[in-house]
Amino acid sequence: MIAAARCVVRRDLLLALRRRSDVATALLFFVIVASLFPLGVGAEPNLLRALAPGVIWVAALLSSMLSLGRLFAADHADGTLEQLLLGAAPLGVVTAAKVLAHWLVAGLPLVAIAPLLALQYDLPVSLYGTLALSLLLGTPVLSLIGAIGAALTLGLRGGGVLLALLVLPLYVPVLIFGAGSVDMAAAGLSPQGQLQLLAALLVVSAAFAPWAIAAALRISTE
Amino acid sequence: MSAAIKWFWFASPQTFFPLAGAIARACWVGAALLALAGLYVGFFVAPTDAQQGEAYRIIFIHVPAAWMSMFLYVVMALWAALGLAFNTRLSSMMASAIAPTGALMTFLALWTGALWGRPTWGAYWVWDARLTSELILLFLYLGFMALQAAIDDPRRADRAGALLAIVGVVNVPIIYYSVQWWNTLHQGASVSLTKSPSMAATMLAGMLLMALALWLYSIAASLTRVRRIIRERQ
Repeated sequence: MIAAARCVVRRDLLLALRRRSDVATALLFFVIVASLFPLGVGAEPNLLRALAPGVIWVAALLSSMLSLGRLFAADHADGTLEQLLLGAAPLGVVTAAKVLAHWLVAGLPLVAIAPLLALQYDLPVSLYGTLALSLLLGTPVLSLIGAIGAALTLGLRGGGVLLALLVLPLYVPVLIFGAGSVDMAAAGLSPQGQLQLLAALLVVSAAFAPWAIAAALRISTE
Repeated sequence: MSAAIKWFWFASPQTFFPLAGAIARACWVGAALLALAGLYVGFFVAPTDAQQGEAYRIIFIHVPAAWMSMFLYVVMALWAALGLAFNTRLSSMMASAIAPTGALMTFLALWTGALWGRPTWGAYWVWDARLTSELILLFLYLGFMALQAAIDDPRRADRAGALLAIVGVVNVPIIYYSVQWWNTLHQGASVSLTKSPSMAATMLAGMLLMALALWLYSIAASLTRVRRIIRERQ
């Protein structure tokens, strides 16, 4: 079981490594979206500082959603997915491994690059830790919930827009707690409560989402 | 005969079709009568509110619609889960039939809320917790309907929609409380089972009449729609 999971993670990471531009595109999208806001709302430093947590979080949400389409599509097209469904390894473990690989490729880079955006928005350096930690706890939840939507919309026409419609409302709690934790820290309060709620969301979704993803894949491929 | 067979007698679309028609007709009539009575009590009998004046009268539609919008999502998820668990076609059809009515109720609650908010809060829309979670509920309904509409194979549409509805119903309380902690401005619930109501008896009567009317309307509309779905698929 562990071996199967490790194998899937390694394979997906290897595939991502071979097609680096896909990874870079989602990351670039994250940076561009965050850079557009000052052009729209004006460059007033106090305003930007207040907006920063929300903008960075919304950009992370959109960027991680954008890369969801690739999660199962290629495997579905070349038949790998059917082999995974037929294989001996429990499908829940396989899907968990795929989500982990997706997060390593699409979520972790966001955490790494977020301080750069925070710099653009003149966020105080003392908040970088909270921002990174909130993204570190929150982005895996985005991948887990998003993968359910990606599995449900597999092979449908207009899949991309539909995926957004299904997944974005479910992202709301992550956004609230994620951006909220940074806001709390900015107000000089302890962000611990919000971060713990994010961690709780992560634990719950990590426990249940892989099975929901597996059920969705079975529905979509039968 | 054993009771089990009788339990599932109406689970077949063919046998359910005429029953649904009969129930729907009765509910349409009941809904119309109760709505007339409720609106009469609401507009002519209930006293003017001391603080909010005449504008408060929109609650006779707003509050029942908001109740129904949340309740119908749970009912829809329940039917969808039944369809997924027992593989009964009719349960899935019921889920699909309820979704548009639920979306309508959500929209109605939001719209009447906006009309009430303008004179009372001075704005059509505020980012209050309940408004926001109601809006997200509308998005959940629309997502469910969009997903089912995008899938051509009805069996796959049923099952995919069911999974989404179950994921949604697990998330609804999480969304509700996260939004609650995020921001709240809305007045507390006006009607509660545990403490005595904070409004005049006639107001309460009007609201309950309207709530019953919307109940019957929802049943009637869903059953009429499920009849159409049965006819379309068979």
